[in-house]
Amino acid sequence: MWSIEGITNIVHVWLNQQFNPTIALLLEFSIVGFLVINFFAVLGLVLVFMERKVSAYMQVRLGPNRVGYKGMLQTAADTLKLLLKEGLTPNGADKFLFNLAPYVVMISAMLLMAPIAFAKNWQMWDMNIGVLYVASISSVSVIGILMAGWASNNKYSLLGAMRSGAQIVSYELSAGLSIIAIVILTGSLQLSTIIESQQNGWWIFKGHIPAIIAFVIFLIAATAETNRAPFDMAEAESELTAGFHTEYSGMKFALFFLAEYANIFIVCAIASTLFLGGWMPFHIGNWEAFNHIMDYIPSIIWFFGKVFFLIFVIMWFRWTFPRLRIDQLLNLEWKYLLPIGMINVLFVTLMAIMGWHF
Amino acid sequence: MLEEVGTTTEGDLIINMGPQHPSTHGVLHLIITVRGETIRNVEPHLGYIHRSIEKMCESLSYRQFIYVTSRMDYLSSHINNHGCALAVEKGLQLEIPPRAKVIRVLMDELTRLASHQLWWGAMAMDVGALTPFFHAFREREMINSIMEETCGARLTMNYMVPGGVMMDLHPNFQKRTKEFIAFFKTKIDEYDELVTNNVIFQNRMQNVGRISKEDAISFGCSGPVARAAGVSCDVRKWYPYEIYDQLKFEEILETAGDSYARYMVRVREMRQSMSIIEQLMDNIPEGEFQAKTKMVLKLPKGEFFSRVETARGTFGVYIVSEGGTTPYRIKFRSPGFSNLSALNHMAKGYKIGDLVAIMGSLDLVIPDIDR
Repeated sequence: MWSIEGITNIVHVWLNQQFNPTIALLLEFSIVGFLVINFFAVLGLVLVFMERKVSAYMQVRLGPNRVGYKGMLQTAADTLKLLLKEGLTPNGADKFLFNLAPYVVMISAMLLMAPIAFAKNWQMWDMNIGVLYVASISSVSVIGILMAGWASNNKYSLLGAMRSGAQIVSYELSAGLSIIAIVILTGSLQLSTIIESQQNGWWIFKGHIPAIIAFVIFLIAATAETNRAPFDMAEAESELTAGFHTEYSGMKFALFFLAEYANIFIVCAIASTLFLGGWMPFHIGNWEAFNHIMDYIPSIIWFFGKVFFLIFVIMWFRWTFPRLRIDQLLNLEWKYLLPIGMINVLFVTLMAIMGWHF
Repeated sequence: MLEEVGTTTEGDLIINMGPQHPSTHGVLHLIITVRGETIRNVEPHLGYIHRSIEKMCESLSYRQFIYVTSRMDYLSSHINNHGCALAVEKGLQLEIPPRAKVIRVLMDELTRLASHQLWWGAMAMDVGALTPFFHAFREREMINSIMEETCGARLTMNYMVPGGVMMDLHPNFQKRTKEFIAFFKTKIDEYDELVTNNVIFQNRMQNVGRISKEDAISFGCSGPVARAAGVSCDVRKWYPYEIYDQLKFEEILETAGDSYARYMVRVREMRQSMSIIEQLMDNIPEGEFQAKTKMVLKLPKGEFFSRVETARGTFGVYIVSEGGTTPYRIKFRSPGFSNLSALNHMAKGYKIGDLVAIMGSLDLVIPDIDR
């Protein structure tokens, strides 16, 4: 299978020959950081373009088709425009928090990139508490949103931020419970172990119905956590104009925008890692020939294929469903998803103890 | 008196919603008092698009003033023009040819369809679904091109004149309208699948913005807003004009009086309008499309009133004539104004998101409210 381990090893050895280990480590950090930032920029461009084309397809429109081949450079042009725009800070705003907020949101999204395995042996930081790390860092972004809403000194922003706070705090429980289901089945918090445990079948197939329930709950909670429609309470265009980022303009707005898409990518990556086997190819029991053919497809294609499929599903949600009301949103979580998730964890535990899964 | 900014003495937050806001559909300014997310009071402020149309009409001749009324409720401009033409014809005691009557009814119903389609898209957008808006515009575009062929305009038609209609139907009219009806029949089922039967949508709309039958009457609501509360008020049934008394159609009534009932009334009305168009489509009588009238119209001294059913409710035209070539005084009774007055009553105690849904279900057109 294709892997980048060779390249990273060469770079690592070469750096260690040239410099002393501390400097080499620092250089490696900067290289990885540089790559992550660039990956983010490209990801933002691709996902925004994808969203516009998907929405256009669903809305009987053409979508962007002027800049570049089939409009592919449209988002690059938009980003350029946003870069050149003045980043206004309103008069009554709390200047420090107002300017800090987009970076908090963005950095929390970037940090989440660390434990994700993009392909075989292609993981920045394979920590042994990977799942916990993801669950905890993903809740940092709400602080940025609350900061933005409060510091803007705008009533719409404040309402948006309050909604967002209530929403993310609630939905994290469900997301956490469905992650726990997989952790119980695997017996490990390490993402690489979780992926390897799915070598002979993904958890969504191996885990019977409880795993499917956990997957659906995770998808709903992930949509809510990323503030996407039908749970886009924090933005709620028709109610709060633009919610927490009403007052933001220029690149500061673009950072929120980019972070939203980065977050979508990350939750979909986590979902595919936990339930769909990450970069693991699709294997069926004893079908040796079939499994062998599947192995020929590079792992990076498996990973991105799964992630983009999930991203498409989340976009599909956005362009189909109306928005929930804030009280209905919380009802859905506390009255339905959370109890179902808890009972589901019990079933999963039973299944893991009895060894009923494959 | 509320302050323009800040909070009330009880510590409730005051939010200025509009005049520039994505879901006030124009320049409506609402001063809403909220405690948390719960609405305590809604105070509409009008006047941002006031053009004093009624005063303007006093200096325009009886032929000219009709054109101004297209700019009031721009989504049912045909029907506004129709109401004015009826009032003038009442004054002149003019009988219009049967072909003109049928054309007028056809145009009215097409306008009603177009208006309801736009409302349907905007309604879905108000509750957060963006896609239906584009689907609705796809269908509305077909009506617009039919209108464009016959009337030469897409929004402010100015097609109805005292004595009939301005010009004859375009030769393509029947063919294209039939095509449209056949197309829209499949699409209206899609509307139900996409929005009406959606659980989230139903939860957002049901039991929200209730108004009782008595309240609907006392606020002077008309059109789908009143009919959703069970008030039978369809002018086409109660005071039939043109050939509505010979047509077979139902007056849609719901009893719940909530946003969902208002939604259902309009969606079902679309099917009724289609049935009316189908009944007339092959039965357009031959003959004149306009009665012979004098170049300069003079109404006798007196008061003349006519009413028509627009897509939003009862539209009344009241002309006071002193016998000259221009009206002495004109008063329009627009449906949106009375429907808006019930907003505070409907929205109290609900959430901000509900306020937007209720406003959407009222189908407000601001230039109609602010004449």
